[in-house]
Amino acid sequence: MAERGFMYKILKKTQFSEKVFEFRVDAPRMAKHAHAGQFLMVRINETGERVPFTFANWNPDEGWIEFIFMVVGKTTECLSKLEEGDYIQDITGPLGCPTEIEGDRVAVVGGGVGLAIAYPVARMLCEQGKQVSVIMGARNKDLLILFEQFAALPLENLFITTDDGSMGEKGVVTLPLARLCETDSIDQAFVVGPVPMMKFSTLTCRQHKIPIMASLNPIMVDGTGMCGCCRVEVGGETKFACVDGPDFDANLVDWDDLAHRQASYKAEEAASIKHYEEDCACQK
Amino acid sequence: MPEVKYRPNIGAPRTPANEEPAAERARDFRPVDTGYTKADAIAEANRCLDCKKPLCMEGCPVGVHIPQFIEKIREEDWAGALETIKNDNLLPSVCGRVCPQENQCEGKCVLGRKGEPVAIGQLERMLGDMADEVGKAPECKPKNGKKVAIVGSGPSGIACAGELAREGFDVTVFEAFFTGGGVLTYGIPEFRLPKAIVKREIDGLEQLGVKFEYNSVAGRLFTAEELFEDEGFDALYLAVGAGLPRFLHVPGENLPGVYCANEYLTRTNLMRAYEFPEYDTPVRHGKNVVVFGGGNVAMDAARTALRLGAEKVTLAYRRTEAEMPARRAEIHHAKEEGVEILELSNPLRFLPGPDGFVSTIELQRMELGEPDASGRRRPVAIPNSEFAIPCDVAVTAIGTRANPFAKLCADVELDRWGLIQTDEDGRTSNPKVWAGGDIVTGAATVILAMGAGKTAAASIKKTLLGEE
Ligand SMILES: Cc1cc2nc3c(=O)[nH]c(=O)nc-3n(C[C@H](O)[C@H](O)[C@H](O)COP(=O)(O)OP(=O)(O)OC[C@H]3O[C@@H](n4cnc5c(N)ncnc54)[C@H](O)[C@@H]3O)c2cc1C
Ligand SMILES: Cc1cc2nc3c(=O)[nH]c(=O)nc-3n(C[C@H](O)[C@H](O)[C@H](O)COP(=O)(O)OP(=O)(O)OC[C@H]3O[C@@H](n4cnc5c(N)ncnc54)[C@H](O)[C@@H]3O)c2cc1C
Ligand code: SF4
Ligand code: SF4
Ligand code: FES
Repeated sequence: MAERGFMYKILKKTQFSEKVFEFRVDAPRMAKHAHAGQFLMVRINETGERVPFTFANWNPDEGWIEFIFMVVGKTTECLSKLEEGDYIQDITGPLGCPTEIEGDRVAVVGGGVGLAIAYPVARMLCEQGKQVSVIMGARNKDLLILFEQFAALPLENLFITTDDGSMGEKGVVTLPLARLCETDSIDQAFVVGPVPMMKFSTLTCRQHKIPIMASLNPIMVDGTGMCGCCRVEVGGETKFACVDGPDFDANLVDWDDLAHRQASYKAEEAASIKHYEEDCACQK
Repeated sequence: MPEVKYRPNIGAPRTPANEEPAAERARDFRPVDTGYTKADAIAEANRCLDCKKPLCMEGCPVGVHIPQFIEKIREEDWAGALETIKNDNLLPSVCGRVCPQENQCEGKCVLGRKGEPVAIGQLERMLGDMADEVGKAPECKPKNGKKVAIVGSGPSGIACAGELAREGFDVTVFEAFFTGGGVLTYGIPEFRLPKAIVKREIDGLEQLGVKFEYNSVAGRLFTAEELFEDEGFDALYLAVGAGLPRFLHVPGENLPGVYCANEYLTRTNLMRAYEFPEYDTPVRHGKNVVVFGGGNVAMDAARTALRLGAEKVTLAYRRTEAEMPARRAEIHHAKEEGVEILELSNPLRFLPGPDGFVSTIELQRMELGEPDASGRRRPVAIPNSEFAIPCDVAVTAIGTRANPFAKLCADVELDRWGLIQTDEDGRTSNPKVWAGGDIVTGAATVILAMGAGKTAAASIKKTLLGEE
């Protein structure tokens, strides 16, 4: 029983690219209960915010869990400064429902930070013996994360799209997704990333009558269904991404609603990183 | 020599509370009421009639021996007075502050018939707050070798843990958050219940040997079966509290700037958003804040909005002030601090401004019709009575549904609302599992949650030790 609300020790830190890191953390009980698609919440220190990250990997025998994060703001910036042997004050998890995907031929579509969430799902599907096609999307080559990790999986197909064509195909993820649908190469899709990407992937799949699940990433506070911050409209009902999700039938999701809610704190997020850059204890 | 008979100070007015000036206190999170001094307490104790048949006690859900502890105050036996309360109520500092006394002990006090009841809550919190000075470390019975797991560190879990630890059980409390106290910590604001008090209670339990495992979400990190089979626990008490908040289900409710009170209060109290950016968690500071609801939660949200710098805070309620379920003291304090109450109004929709955030609320006037099942007159919409008010932060405080984790943690029978079914001893359908507090009753009160914890502790003891 290590999770005594004491600190969580970073056993290993891996840097994948300029802004992408993986932490391996000592958490034996969590390691026994994590499933693909579930997430944890980190509070880095006493003054920290609680932010969610998806389990990237876990080992019940060795008692550790891993998560991958991309630096996008204050908390992830602070996290990236921690080193092996340092401690994270609080980690809570596993939270959310495990990902369950039907179908034998699955397209996993991920964009931006969403690739960190897509990776463990793709890996799990491969382990389940499914035929997995991955579509990775990013604005440009530098923002395309985890390419080598995906490439190492036994995938059926691996497509890359960038907005500027600096890597892979120039364009958006729906181009290869439509081709997969048209050629009858998949019977299920899974998408995670920015809202427009998820929305248009859903439309593409709908056209071809391919079922699609989306992993939603609204802002969260408690992650246990108590606060209502992560509410999303799915099929005309109010659902809580942290306990009912994070995966939902993408055809039922109200995307505009999610986009509005995700943007609730843009001004504060900018203020927070500015404050941090000017003076912050954890920068030392 | 005949005993000198006590003569109550009949006709003396109720000793006033020592409250901070409303205009000042509404700007920060300092405690609103600084509590009685010893002299105040003795003066108030002298008003009590020391009734042969104390009605006040009938009003208290846990039967605190009120005239007895008041007598000890008169004798200035502070330690004795505190001990008398603690026999029935483990959390006097908390209950003295948050019990709806006007419906309970004070509501029944005979003095209230003609004048003002004895300020039982004030006396109780004052004694509770003296614990560091006069409290005795409770004695624990020798370890009996039995292990009990408690899920949830709200008042119900705390009460159960305290009772069992004193009886010699090995007690572990599993809490989902990174700190203890449940609603006492994340819900009820500092200005009404200082967090240092909650911390003192938790520290006290740790001194009794109770172990706390934070960041531990039961049902996800472990199940009851694992606790019993792999970790050797003999019994489990589920005190996970109320769960998912309810929403109004009107258009625009998901606009940025529309909060549910749990989120608004958690960001502010637990995550200290009022100290942003020193603390990382933000909360939106509104100029024009509108809160929906009439209970304690709504009052706390409205008064928090003032303290976050709102210029105008309006509390919109479907019925009238007389029907509001909040403690009278909170309604009084809220109004004193400048919260405006908009009675008989029901929200129809939230409308966004150009920035996408909520900017206007459309409401509808209501009137009171026939009484409903709760005995309160049902609000009925008045046709063509729509009106709009500006608003840049809205907070809904209209109740909660059952916590979904109870079922994930243990196989226990639920009622049709998803609340755990128990008998009067707190036993569930699973012979090793007890439950109590808001997860059994639905959102209720601190004292009822605490009482349920105590009752379950007695039943657990009886079952595990096989004694009466
Ligand atoms: C279920 C779930 C799983 C996730 N898994 C991963 C993952 O595996 N790897 C990864 O890199 N990122 C993941 N994210 C996103 C990650 O939580 C955010 O990148 C992180 O919170 C950013 O915090 P910040 O302080 O660095 O940035 P900020 O500047 O505070 O925010 C940047 C953006 O992150 C999002 N965000 C901010 N605060 C929160 C919050 N409390 N909860 C949710 N989102 C927030 C908002 O969209 C915001 O616009 C996940 C999000 C969710 C909801
Ligand atoms: C804002 C607000 C103001 C209030 N004001 C008053 C008042 O003035 N007077 C009054 O009498 N009552 C008041 N109440 C009601 C009162 O606080 C509750 O009735 C009481 O706290 C219920 O106690 P509990 O122990 O059942 O649950 P809670 O206090 O809700 O505690 C439950 C605990 O369990 C934890 N938990 C939940 N799920 C899990 C899980 N799966 N694993 C581990 N831990 C878990 C939670 O994090 C929480 O800490 C108020 C409530 C609120 C929200
Ligand atoms: S516990 Fe509550 S109801 Fe009982 S005497 Fe104390 S304040 Fe009154
Ligand atoms: S009913 Fe009132 S006067 Fe009588 S014992 Fe109780 S507190 Fe005292
Ligand atoms: S994050 Fe609070 S309910 Fe989901």
